[in-house]
Amino acid sequence: MFVEIGHFALALALGVAVVQTIVPLWGVARNDPALASVGPAAAIACFLLVALSFGCLMMSYATSDFSVENVVANSHSTQPLIYKLTAVWGNHEGSMLLWVLILVLFGALVALSRRSLPAKLRAGTLAAQGSVSVAFLAFTLLTSNPFRRLIPAPGEGQDLNPILQDLGLAIHPPLLYVGYVGFSITYAFAVAALIEGKIDAVWARAVRPWTLLAWTFLTLGIAMGSYWAYYELGWGGWWFWDPVENASLMPWLAGTALIHSTVVMEKRDALKVWTILLAILTFSLSLLGTFIVRSGVLTSVHSFASDPQRGLFILGILIAFIGGSLALFAWRAPLLKQGGLFAPVSRESALVINNLFLATACATVFIGTLYPLVLEMVTGDKISVGPPFFNATFVPLLVPLLLLLPIGQTLAWKRGDLLGAAQRAQIAFGVGVITTLAIFAFVRGGPVLAPLGIGLGVFLVIGSFWEVGERIVGRASGASAILSRAKGLPRSAWGSALGHAGVGISVIGIAATAWGTEAIGMLKVGESLTSGRYTVTLEAVTPRTGPNYREDAARFRITANGRELEPVEAMKRIYTARAMPTTEAGIRTVGLGQAYISLGEPDASGAIAVKLHDKPLILLIWTGALVMAAGGGLSITDRRFRLAAPRRVPGPAALPQPAE
Amino acid sequence: MRAVLHLLVGLLAFSAPAAAVQPDEVLKNPALEQRARGISSGLRCLVCQNQSIDDSDAPLAKDLRILVRERLTAGDSDGAVIDFVVARYGDFVLLRPPMNVRTIALWAAPFLIVLSGAVFLWRRRNRSAAPVSAALTAEEQVRLDELMKRGDG
Repeated sequence: MFVEIGHFALALALGVAVVQTIVPLWGVARNDPALASVGPAAAIACFLLVALSFGCLMMSYATSDFSVENVVANSHSTQPLIYKLTAVWGNHEGSMLLWVLILVLFGALVALSRRSLPAKLRAGTLAAQGSVSVAFLAFTLLTSNPFRRLIPAPGEGQDLNPILQDLGLAIHPPLLYVGYVGFSITYAFAVAALIEGKIDAVWARAVRPWTLLAWTFLTLGIAMGSYWAYYELGWGGWWFWDPVENASLMPWLAGTALIHSTVVMEKRDALKVWTILLAILTFSLSLLGTFIVRSGVLTSVHSFASDPQRGLFILGILIAFIGGSLALFAWRAPLLKQGGLFAPVSRESALVINNLFLATACATVFIGTLYPLVLEMVTGDKISVGPPFFNATFVPLLVPLLLLLPIGQTLAWKRGDLLGAAQRAQIAFGVGVITTLAIFAFVRGGPVLAPLGIGLGVFLVIGSFWEVGERIVGRASGASAILSRAKGLPRSAWGSALGHAGVGISVIGIAATAWGTEAIGMLKVGESLTSGRYTVTLEAVTPRTGPNYREDAARFRITANGRELEPVEAMKRIYTARAMPTTEAGIRTVGLGQAYISLGEPDASGAIAVKLHDKPLILLIWTGALVMAAGGGLSITDRRFRLAAPRRVPGPAALPQPAE
Repeated sequence: MRAVLHLLVGLLAFSAPAAAVQPDEVLKNPALEQRARGISSGLRCLVCQNQSIDDSDAPLAKDLRILVRERLTAGDSDGAVIDFVVARYGDFVLLRPPMNVRTIALWAAPFLIVLSGAVFLWRRRNRSAAPVSAALTAEEQVRLDELMKRGDG
């Protein structure tokens, strides 16, 4: 019953989405406000229908309804309830439904947003958003229907893939999708602006919170995925330059550039054409990512050809939306008037340079990801583009960007003083250099690049807060004056300081991985293994039974530099339904570093293979990402985004905002 | 993350994800083992998705790891070992694509893009730099003087 309701609601949502796409635009064209105002109602109805549909699928998972093909393939009656529910998006069909749910959620949020948008802009935005909903609802219904029945129904399901039975999976895809799909709003805003032929600071101010929201969630999603891979896959890596990872990194890089270019547009009415293009490209990269992941085209050309229906459908969507919006851009962009001018040395120029490097970095990931595919199609030659390529190209592009960041952040708008900005950055730079030298002096025989990376990170963290620090301390005296000044600064100023400091924190964590060590050994009970600061002694191996798996838990005593820590367990599991083995790494966190133990195969004598890593400062990588996301979140709550830009009333809020 | 996404599509069936290099493979000589790890991390596991043989648990990756160690123990240089593997499996096995006619576009692209972007911006700067002026125009000066006067009174 639930299943049919869900299926029907999904089909109805497709119909409503068609209305949402066509009617508001028609209303605008005919100057009929009644027709134009259909958009918000349709967007909300569409969301409610898809939410109902999603709820029905969740219900059939919760009750283990094995007459549904999707439930049979991805669930098992003994699975813990939480994994029954997260299994909803642990497969292709269900995760497409989640994708669509988030898409229409954003449409409904725009419809409900109290920020009064110009009527035409709102109608155009909802129509553009609606067209994306139409495409993906049709894709889900026609090629990936999660509600298909199975007759006769089997008595038991095939279990969710054990690797996905983890809290990481519960959190990671929703975060990532909110990020991916959130950029559909900026895309819709850009298309609406192009249709209207008008774009100004009101547009920038309306778009910016949405961009920040999507970016914040994408940051969290990528970080969560990276940490999940680190602890679950058992070889201790945290980023692999894998095509599917690159698929999420590309929109993140483009989105980061977009956040910065909308600042210029909002404050100075410049960079309009470029910002519109970036908004289109960012969501195009999200679509490309979906195509890459869903079609399997990058794994091998052959797997794409063996089931071409889904791949071709998404490819069609890709061509229609990217091609269509770029054609619209080529046609309408020349109509957009250029705004404020600025000197070569200014905050605007610094942000243009930021965009140049971020766009190039994004293009590098794009080319590196797709080159092998194109080369194979054109010449038939197979090559691999792996981590060494990206480390050799991506990293050199990011280093100058990061070095310039603290300087650009203190430049004035319109016309800046390079020497002054450099002077203001010199203390942060000095501390960075001293840190590097100190590490060189005290740590012998380590890798050369790591101290430089740490110095760069320290420079970034201090430099990020320098500007707000100056604005608080420079003009005030006394603790209470400083405090009130700190409160008076716009939240976006704090947000940008935090965001940039987060980058610095991650850089420190990444640089410190170079000091990581590892050791491998066959251990019997009572034997020890040492790597870096940590020594582990195998105490016992105990067989246990979980709800839907059996495991051997190896218990280790662990010491750090001779100091006894809480014992740690690492497991080898067999999930019974699929007879699939997994390992659960044993992790002990000490400060910001971790000891990481993973198990291998036992041998005939009863000894078990153990790999022990010492990972200093590794948590900083993800801490930095969390700080970045916190910065994004703080900026969203900035007062000026909560105000109705077009009809500002005189009052404190109407005072000119200090530049961030 | 990649595993999640791969698994969502059902592209990859992971066999036991675990410490890839097994203790029995490790060479006695630490310097030689270090070199072996370095070489292995640059060689692709041919049956995996973008995984190095150092990270992979596939039997083929294990065979290649052992092969690399055998060649090193026999006294080959790092370059000779890599050449030996490439001769058997082709450029596909290299995670760092070699620079040649077919890959020059790949390697040059990042630097061409950033350079052409910089040149484009530099030329636009010359076109638009002129109107920016820090000094006030005569009109602005008059208006400012007025405002100042009003402020005094």
